[in-house]
Amino acid sequence: MILFVAEHANGKLSKSAYELATAARGLNRGDVAALVLGSGVASVAAAAALIADQVLVADSADLAQYDAEVWSAAVAQIATEGEAEVVLIAGSRSGREYSPRVAVKLDAPLLEDVTSLKDEGGVLHAEHYTFLTRVTERVEAKAAVVVVTVKAGAFAAAAPGTAAAEQFDVDLELPKRRLNVTGSTKEKTGRIALTEADIVVSGGRGVGTPEGFVQLVEGLADQLGAAVGATRAVVDAGWRPYSEQVGQTGKTVQPKAYIAVGISGAVQHLSGMNKSKCIVAINKDGDAPIFKIADYGIVGDVKEIVPAMIQELRK
Amino acid sequence: MRILTLIRQVLDAEESVRVRNGAVELEGSKLVMDTMDEYGVEEALRLRESGAEAEIVAVAVGAARAEEALRTALAMGADRGIHVVTDVALDAIALSAVMAQIAKTEGAELIFCGGQEADWDSQALGAATAERLGWPQATWTSALELKDTTLVGKHEADEGSESFEVALPAVVTTQQGLNEPRYPTLPNIMKSKKKEIRKEMLEAYGVAPKVKVNGVEIQVKERLKKILDGKDAAGAVAQLVKMLREDAGVIA
Repeated sequence: MILFVAEHANGKLSKSAYELATAARGLNRGDVAALVLGSGVASVAAAAALIADQVLVADSADLAQYDAEVWSAAVAQIATEGEAEVVLIAGSRSGREYSPRVAVKLDAPLLEDVTSLKDEGGVLHAEHYTFLTRVTERVEAKAAVVVVTVKAGAFAAAAPGTAAAEQFDVDLELPKRRLNVTGSTKEKTGRIALTEADIVVSGGRGVGTPEGFVQLVEGLADQLGAAVGATRAVVDAGWRPYSEQVGQTGKTVQPKAYIAVGISGAVQHLSGMNKSKCIVAINKDGDAPIFKIADYGIVGDVKEIVPAMIQELRK
Repeated sequence: MRILTLIRQVLDAEESVRVRNGAVELEGSKLVMDTMDEYGVEEALRLRESGAEAEIVAVAVGAARAEEALRTALAMGADRGIHVVTDVALDAIALSAVMAQIAKTEGAELIFCGGQEADWDSQALGAATAERLGWPQATWTSALELKDTTLVGKHEADEGSESFEVALPAVVTTQQGLNEPRYPTLPNIMKSKKKEIRKEMLEAYGVAPKVKVNGVEIQVKERLKKILDGKDAAGAVAQLVKMLREDAGVIA
């Protein structure tokens, strides 16, 4: 059995769950089971039933909030009971945080943030990025069970079927939470999530001011129905929330189009977006490193170019 | 209290990456202690400076040259080093078994580890070490204080940030912004040369890699580099939008 953990947020199955379903099918190792962890997750489980052969549902108040120790205990328990050969977990921040604990519990190898996954005669072969996303490493693992985290956007989303798979309620023995979360600041924007967007518009210092960021970057993003990203410099300056940061210590994105506004292109930023399918750069400095990896670009003042672009798109 | 800070020696981020014989060539390139690990050493020093009684031990597992990175940690202010010498490339899950054994032998109560180091792009070492020790973890920490035996801090979650409290012992992973690491001063660099670095052999730990590396490639995507002059803003924009719509097909 191949087990994948179906992430969800706000009552909806995340895009990553559909991508994990595709990765799981590609392995041709029999039944694909989805595991849904949470509280009040009936609608999520129903959605998962359209992309898996069976859905294991742990619906409990104890699972209302994510915790690395609780999640890893739950997943390891289900993987053991179901004799899973491969456990697929989304390469989200939380997925990459609890998956190592699952691997240790199962005494399994961990393949991290893979961009490809194949089964060759019982050996799992995968690729993943190293050296700040500049190098692709080919790795393999052979074991009774292998834990894999899958990079967002690396696999196509599975199309939901019409027949719903059977759902099974599972009981779990969960450990106590020890990391006590005393408060949270969720930055909600109403825009599409950064890692799920087809188009990302990102801004750097070159937009000038926080107001300039809103006018230019948010303005262009809203015109395109895109997500908003930011460089570390802009986040450190307090102009934008950390949740928008793209780069080594922020999010890694791989959209169809990445539009960099006033971004020079430090290597740490590039590592978060250099696999984008199409890169567009707008910057006044023609020598900026961002132009070396751009498909399209304009050398010019973002304060003139971007408003003109918004105008042009409205036509 | 004893604090361990895990150190990796990595390619300087400004160096270009070269591949030779199926591996990234590190000889002849500038190698440094990973910035992510600098945050860990700095944070340990700050906890001590804010009143915690602590011995700070820097730990590295790697080739003979990794000693240079340990010396940097000692020059920043760590008290001593442990260097498990090996040319075997261990994956994070295997490496965590070494780290956990060292933590037990040393009686450590707090471990700092980089959130995602610049050589292997892995985020697994801290969590895997915590699991082996049966400890909780706080990952991607952006602020930290020690109140008695409880860590109080902030860290980044999937969306947004969280405030947390966690009792020691615990593993903390770092990120950019946690602090500004200090530069080693000349007197401290001189002093660090006398500090102890205990050498051990990997064989003593009975650990083998769980993942086999079959090779590496630098996949540089050919970019079109159709860069327009923006002196005529309206004209350039009209052309860009046309290309994005018709050639690239990325916007409606």
